[in-house]
Amino acid sequence: MKDRLQEWVPRLVLAPSFLLVLLFVYGFILYTGYLSMTDSRMLPSYGFVGLENYQKLFALRHWNTALTNLAIFGILYILISSLLGLFLAILLDQKIRAEGLIRPIYLYPMALSFIVTGTAWKWFLDPGIGLENVMQQWGWENFEFNWIKDRDFAIYTVVLAAVWQSSGFVMAMFLAGLRGVDNEIIKAAQIDGASGFRIYRKIIIPMMRPVFLSAFVVLAHLAIKAYDLVIALTGGGPGRATELPATFMYSYTFTRNQMGIGASSAIIMLIMIFSIIVPYLYSELKSGEQK
Amino acid sequence: MSAPSQDNAVKGSIITRAIIYVVLILFVIYYLLPLYVMLVNSVKPLEEIRSGNMMEFPKVWTLEPWRAAWSYAQIGVEPSGLRPYFINSILMVVPAVLLSTILGALNGYVLTKWQFKGHGIVFGLLLLSCFIPFQIVLIPMARVLGFLGISGTIPGLVLVHLIYGIGFTTLFFRNYYAAFPTELVRAAQIDGAGFFQIFWRILLPSSAPIAVVTIIWQFTNVWNDFLFGASFSDFDSVPMTVALNNLVSSSTGVKEYNVHFAGAILAALPTLIVYIVSGRYFVRGLMAGAVKG
Repeated sequence: MKDRLQEWVPRLVLAPSFLLVLLFVYGFILYTGYLSMTDSRMLPSYGFVGLENYQKLFALRHWNTALTNLAIFGILYILISSLLGLFLAILLDQKIRAEGLIRPIYLYPMALSFIVTGTAWKWFLDPGIGLENVMQQWGWENFEFNWIKDRDFAIYTVVLAAVWQSSGFVMAMFLAGLRGVDNEIIKAAQIDGASGFRIYRKIIIPMMRPVFLSAFVVLAHLAIKAYDLVIALTGGGPGRATELPATFMYSYTFTRNQMGIGASSAIIMLIMIFSIIVPYLYSELKSGEQK
Repeated sequence: MSAPSQDNAVKGSIITRAIIYVVLILFVIYYLLPLYVMLVNSVKPLEEIRSGNMMEFPKVWTLEPWRAAWSYAQIGVEPSGLRPYFINSILMVVPAVLLSTILGALNGYVLTKWQFKGHGIVFGLLLLSCFIPFQIVLIPMARVLGFLGISGTIPGLVLVHLIYGIGFTTLFFRNYYAAFPTELVRAAQIDGAGFFQIFWRILLPSSAPIAVVTIIWQFTNVWNDFLFGASFSDFDSVPMTVALNNLVSSSTGVKEYNVHFAGAILAALPTLIVYIVSGRYFVRGLMAGAVKG
């Protein structure tokens, strides 16, 4: 009797967490999926309309702006953060005396809330009191930098602030990768007379492939989820110029009372993230089991 | 992170080394600049920010913006300062972090030392739950919180953060316990020790490092959360991030930049302190969150 009980204890301990996640994550995904095919407006309603909301969604100018912005933001954010992260990691890996001092400075923005980052950059980029004003006071009287007020350029200020926040983290990932490179390979190349630059280009950077992949997955999923930073930095403006899928979903669901369309936009976000995360986790778990 | 021990370093002239140092220092400035701007301008009178130069030290030093941000700045309709919201965040963070960490530890223990048929699928589903865009749960969650009678309350926010934290806490402990010798557990079992005894006497005493990583990770995430706070809080349960955003983006009245900066630093302070005190563990958490296996 006691043995039978012992056998069930572990499962009973795990059960509450598993049920909570099953219900509040996967159950909710199904519910939102269903809502996305109903005529819900301000409140959920269960009149089935098929894929009508998705058709409406992709016909909306705002949604297409959000997708275009996500493409611009996502590509630049991932690309710049990765390259800057790798660049800084390589520099820091040159037996830098003050590494212990520099590394935490590169990394601390990751500890901040996006709302704090957004606030800092919002006023720093503000033409009235921020960078533009500073440069003009310092004598560059024609200096102009008003991207944050410019519909065509505001999205790039989101990139600027987001890269500031995350590139240090990517640097730490690459640094860990570089520290794991086998010395023998490098010594062999040095004996062959390869220059430091060539060794990096031909040997070490290609070995960083798994780190590039991890960085890509982390950054891509952060980009698709990006919400707080835009809210704090630009509020989605000027106008709707920095709308992203996450801000679109929120405003359509909760302020414009278009819950059906809001739900369908959330489903699209989920599909985007899962199409990146699921294959990655699958291969990671697979290789983990083989070890 | 390991210490620099290898010879990847480019063998270069003094000039190359000098250039490397210059570039590194330029980036130090780049990363510190926003923090510097916030600090310097949080101790300036508003007049000096408007007519002066954001980069310069204050001519007149004042702590008034800090006092305003903390205790009497207008947040929404209340001239309450950020203090009540700071307290809300603490009341929300502490239980959410502790509960999710305890559950994560137990889950990790079960998933590594008491494996059952289907444990892989359970872990996979918990893991995947870490990455969902939370927009997908906003609508049903609002209804469930209302149904439970805790919408707009701090317990409601605790529940939300607890549920969506379980995936990560389980991941951390599971990976840590996977490396813990199973023979010890089996030996204790033969000696007649039960499930909880083994956990309490054998695994828990050596869990300090991963507990620290998990607590820091959860603390940072829950403290910095904005989406759930904005969606599920009411007047008297608004967390710090949401209050800060209300302060900064309020469209009425004069824009008190100095108060905004002081408020932003106040909102950043808890996680910054945690980072400064235990940066090593913070980084380990980030890496564990990024590199699974």
